Amino acid sequence: MSSIHNTDLKSQLIADFQTLQLQLNGKSLLPINQLRSEAMNNFEKLGFPTIRHEEWKYSNVSALAKQNFNFQAGSDFSNKDLKEIHLPHLKGNVLYFINGVFHAELSHIESPGDYLKVVPFAEAQEQMPEVIDQYFARYADYKNDAFTALNTAMAKDGVVVHIADNKTLEEPVILRFIGDTRKEDVGSQVRNLIVVGKNAEVKIAEAYRTIGDNKYFINTVTEFVLFEDARADYYKVQNESDKTHHIGTTQVYQKDRSYFYAATVTVNGGFVRNNLNIVLDGEHIESHMYGLYVPTGKQHIDNHTLVDHRKPNCQSNELYKGILMDKSTGVFNGKIFVQQDAQKTNAYQNCRNVVTTDEATMNTKPQLEIWADDVKCSHGTTTGKLNDEAIFYMQSRGIPKKEAIRLQLLAFAEDVVSQIKIDSIKEYLEGLIVDKLGSLGK
Amino acid sequence: MLTISNLHARIEEKEILRGINFEVKPGEVHAIMGPNGSGKSTLASVLAGREDYEITNGTVDFNGKDLLDMSPEERAAEGIFLAFQYPVEIPGVTTVNFLKTAINEIRKYNGQESLDAAQFLKRMKEKAKLVKIDDTLLRRSLNEGFSGGEKKRNEIFQMAMLEPQLCILDETDSGLDIDALRVVAEGVNKLRDENRSFIVVTHYQRLLDYIVPDFVHVLYKGRIVKSGTKELALELEEKGYDWIKAEVDSLEVA
Repeated sequence: MSSIHNTDLKSQLIADFQTLQLQLNGKSLLPINQLRSEAMNNFEKLGFPTIRHEEWKYSNVSALAKQNFNFQAGSDFSNKDLKEIHLPHLKGNVLYFINGVFHAELSHIESPGDYLKVVPFAEAQEQMPEVIDQYFARYADYKNDAFTALNTAMAKDGVVVHIADNKTLEEPVILRFIGDTRKEDVGSQVRNLIVVGKNAEVKIAEAYRTIGDNKYFINTVTEFVLFEDARADYYKVQNESDKTHHIGTTQVYQKDRSYFYAATVTVNGGFVRNNLNIVLDGEHIESHMYGLYVPTGKQHIDNHTLVDHRKPNCQSNELYKGILMDKSTGVFNGKIFVQQDAQKTNAYQNCRNVVTTDEATMNTKPQLEIWADDVKCSHGTTTGKLNDEAIFYMQSRGIPKKEAIRLQLLAFAEDVVSQIKIDSIKEYLEGLIVDKLGSLGK
Repeated sequence: MLTISNLHARIEEKEILRGINFEVKPGEVHAIMGPNGSGKSTLASVLAGREDYEITNGTVDFNGKDLLDMSPEERAAEGIFLAFQYPVEIPGVTTVNFLKTAINEIRKYNGQESLDAAQFLKRMKEKAKLVKIDDTLLRRSLNEGFSGGEKKRNEIFQMAMLEPQLCILDETDSGLDIDALRVVAEGVNKLRDENRSFIVVTHYQRLLDYIVPDFVHVLYKGRIVKSGTKELALELEEKGYDWIKAEVDSLEVA
């Protein structure tokens, strides 16, 4: 299938989808393919959002919508390339996806099969039909969100992870998504579904990065389902090129007494939009959302979060931090809904930013909608410059200005990264952030 | 060690120092006193290299080098230490890590090897004992949530750790009760020796009961208008600053 059409991206995607439909060979009546058709119709109707769309006011995808990408790009990425994308002390269940396609020969599953089932999304319909039928596209909104619709229609691969009831997974699950743009402009759509059974526990990371100098567009959707008393730590880590458009949605659905902890750390990426949506559909649920972004150059990083408290006695807690350098831009939009039933809700939101130049900008928008009367909610956003007095204080003790700035920023970034419980990911991020802040010229 | 000649400095359009002259020799303790707004803290800040001030005239020679030509960190590495009137809280950086970085940066500047962990720890234990500061305080974020007394004690501890040649104390007594003041002063006195000099900036004579100066200078309207020995401080305590102000102001009118 030829994917490069020299037309706008929407037209290319519609054409690509039609080609895919022709290859279904009579499977088009399967429920999943019906769903995909419906999602594609939605995407066609919605089109790419413009900045007139309230949710996309500060993030302009018009440049993206004019480009073409090869969504069928192959890759000769192999073992020998792994050293280029080294993660320190990497162990556990590690799965590789190159340009959105699962690569079994690079991947490695350690946890026992009665604890952890991992199936590439492309094979999940055959291998785990019950999971797909029950959960796929049940949570992420493919009706109103164009990118989710597009992903639901066309995502080729990704992973379905199922943690069995009452099992605590000792080893983490690390999903590595690598955009290999060494040969051409690549598009990839990844779909993940993570089901954490009753009283089960898992630590899971999605690590995104690129190699090569061509353009890259990645559109991801990850759905999480946490059953009663389930616990999940989730780390989304982004280190992609300046020629990358990364649009990603993580949709989380939590049942009674479950615990979800998310840290979204964006070190690099040309244009990044992360949506993290959590539905607390049970009692005594805990949800934590942490974020860190450190854009330089002209990088643009947008985090949208939505917490939907539907039942009483739950707690959500959110802290996003940004260091914006050079001419970079950042967006934080945090929605908290407390539904009428959700009495005794505790919901906290905080977004703190440091802007190191006059040319960097940060847009923040907290949005609280509360229909219950017995709740504790608070939110705050701050965007400030570096603390000059603190820098002078450090200088007066012999620490050069550049180092003083670096120490201050590292300390600012520290509390998000230090909480990460997968050592390999934590070490990796600490290194990346030290390097990135170290390059701060003064 | 330090020679200040005809030093003029201003902040925005306001001239604050208007021709300061004095000299500090090794081992000496100089007190700078004066009423509020006389330029005492400005002098301390200018010596430490705070950027808010513009030097419009004059020179400052420190051990044969042009101090005004150096960045704050170079001044620190050359042996100048400023104990802040309002020590800054730095979340996420422990005093220990902060000082390890500071000491090794200073050593690097002076062409010395870094202290290893054991050497650093040894020095830290020694100096913590000297200035009576609690070890647990040093493992917390720098000054974060410290009481006024703890912050000032931490300043003296840092001073002890960095082993400077010239220590400038900017209103170290402000906000301290008498017990805290005594502890801080004891720490300073333990650091006095024949090579280390002090400039003690203070509004009140009280601190000078504990840190006894060799010389006392009175700053008023950006100039040193009177110099003397410790007895001058006692006289100021008794009579206040008004008589000096009157003396100077009458001269200015004349």
